[in-house]
Amino acid sequence: MRRWGLVLGLGFLWAPILLLVGYAFSADRIPFQWGGFSLRWFAALAENERMLEAAWLSLRIAAGSATLAVLLGGLAGWALSRLGPFRGRALFGTLAGAPLVLPEVVTGLSLLLLFVALQGVLGWPANRGALTVLLAHATVGMAYVAVVVQARLAGFDRSLEEAAADLGASPFTVFRTVTLPLIAPALAAGWLLAFTLSLDDVVVASFVSGPAGTTLPMLVFSALRMGVTPEVNALAAVILAVVGLLVGLAGLILQRSRRNLPGAG
Amino acid sequence: MRRLLLLAPPWLWLLLFVAAPVLILLAIGLAEPADGVPPFLPPLGWEAGRPVWQGSGASLAVLTEDGWYALAFLRSLWVAGVSAGLCLLLAYPLALGIARARPSRRLPLLLLVLLPFWTGFLPRVGAWIGLLRDGGWVNGVLMGLGVVQEPVPLLYSDTALLIGMVHAYLPFAVLPLTAALLRLDPALEEAAADLGASPFTVFRTVTFPLSLPGAAAGFLLVFIPAAGEFVIPSLLGPPEAQLVGRVLWDEFFQNRDWPLASALAVALLLALILPIRLFQRLEARS
Repeated sequence: MRRWGLVLGLGFLWAPILLLVGYAFSADRIPFQWGGFSLRWFAALAENERMLEAAWLSLRIAAGSATLAVLLGGLAGWALSRLGPFRGRALFGTLAGAPLVLPEVVTGLSLLLLFVALQGVLGWPANRGALTVLLAHATVGMAYVAVVVQARLAGFDRSLEEAAADLGASPFTVFRTVTLPLIAPALAAGWLLAFTLSLDDVVVASFVSGPAGTTLPMLVFSALRMGVTPEVNALAAVILAVVGLLVGLAGLILQRSRRNLPGAG
Repeated sequence: MRRLLLLAPPWLWLLLFVAAPVLILLAIGLAEPADGVPPFLPPLGWEAGRPVWQGSGASLAVLTEDGWYALAFLRSLWVAGVSAGLCLLLAYPLALGIARARPSRRLPLLLLVLLPFWTGFLPRVGAWIGLLRDGGWVNGVLMGLGVVQEPVPLLYSDTALLIGMVHAYLPFAVLPLTAALLRLDPALEEAAADLGASPFTVFRTVTFPLSLPGAAAGFLLVFIPAAGEFVIPSLLGPPEAQLVGRVLWDEFFQNRDWPLASALAVALLLALILPIRLFQRLEARS
């Protein structure tokens, strides 16, 4: 009985994905129809200039925004769980968590309006594209990183930091030598989370981007609006392989960090 | 002093990129549409050295007066509610299976639930487009089983929309539910069983009531993003039935009515404040 629940749920989650990957290797022009084994759609993908260009742009945006998100979200998560009461803490917490619960269309539209207003007042950003998408994705990613870091720090006794402070370490030294190593795995996991969220986003990017900034999801979305193509299936298979690799890597990092810190849950 | 130095960057970022945009959104919701770039008159203008009010509540009035928008809102909330309910229905057996598995198997099983979430929205929605079309797998299976004689039009229907929603958001419901079930003290269930309760009675009277906070969190975690969802309805749903996410998108990108799109966004926020507050309460308690 219990097994059946798992089989049913996991089957529903995985069947479409496995079929999609399987049929990416089909020669047939109609997707999800078997026409013999072939790598032609992967080859077509490798020659699709627009797709490759968009993929490269998306990867750079994802890496940049994830890095910014880790810096800002790490500080925010640390402040929320370790600084105690500071002025405006409630507002800070609400703002840090807001991107998690705001609908994507609201986030996208409001950020676009901000960029338009900034351009009107300051003349910056001069045009919308990769940079505005990067800033938007960093904002959303920051919220996720802050949550992951907060959860990690909640699992540790504050006494570790207090001991360092009692021994004469300045707050900054405590942060650098005790807190930072503790949250390093959370930062790594948060970076990966922010990276994949950025690679996956259509809605926010569509709002804040300009004519020169077509990301890979934006391109795939407009292709899917015309109906699914075998090329999109091949692309999905590639994404799946890359994500599987990254998640496996993250799992390894987390496992290793757990082994090094026997006190951690 | 250094504390301030570490706190300043996230503070400034949040004020500039989270607080300011929402305030601007509220302001543009009150703006008057106009020809030009950007296509609206700011609600506060400068004339002869002092501020002049030139906004209007016209866009907000359209939302309340035109039944089309109210209908889109109701439909969105309905779709979000049904999606979240279906997610819970599927998530229960999954979460129970994970929570009751041997401890060494729990993490791999949980990863199996979460991994599809990491493969991206679009590829999964794309897969359903291929599977649900007339000559697709789902119709093939249904005809093979003799359930239907000829292909049923599944794609671009409410059925397809709900399947896509549940598939996309199921992991969101499984996570808090699994956490709630893992926190539950197994001694309680054992005590009920020892006192002669059947497995079903144990579930009904002990497991289920104690897992309710987790179930509520899972429901809201699906409901909140589903209410404003744009991608799944526009790729799988019926083209004529409008949802808030799509209406907002079309007002913005096709009609270039920025004030109306902003007013819609504000209305969506207002509609979601209650579920969001509820979710944050549940989170704070656990």
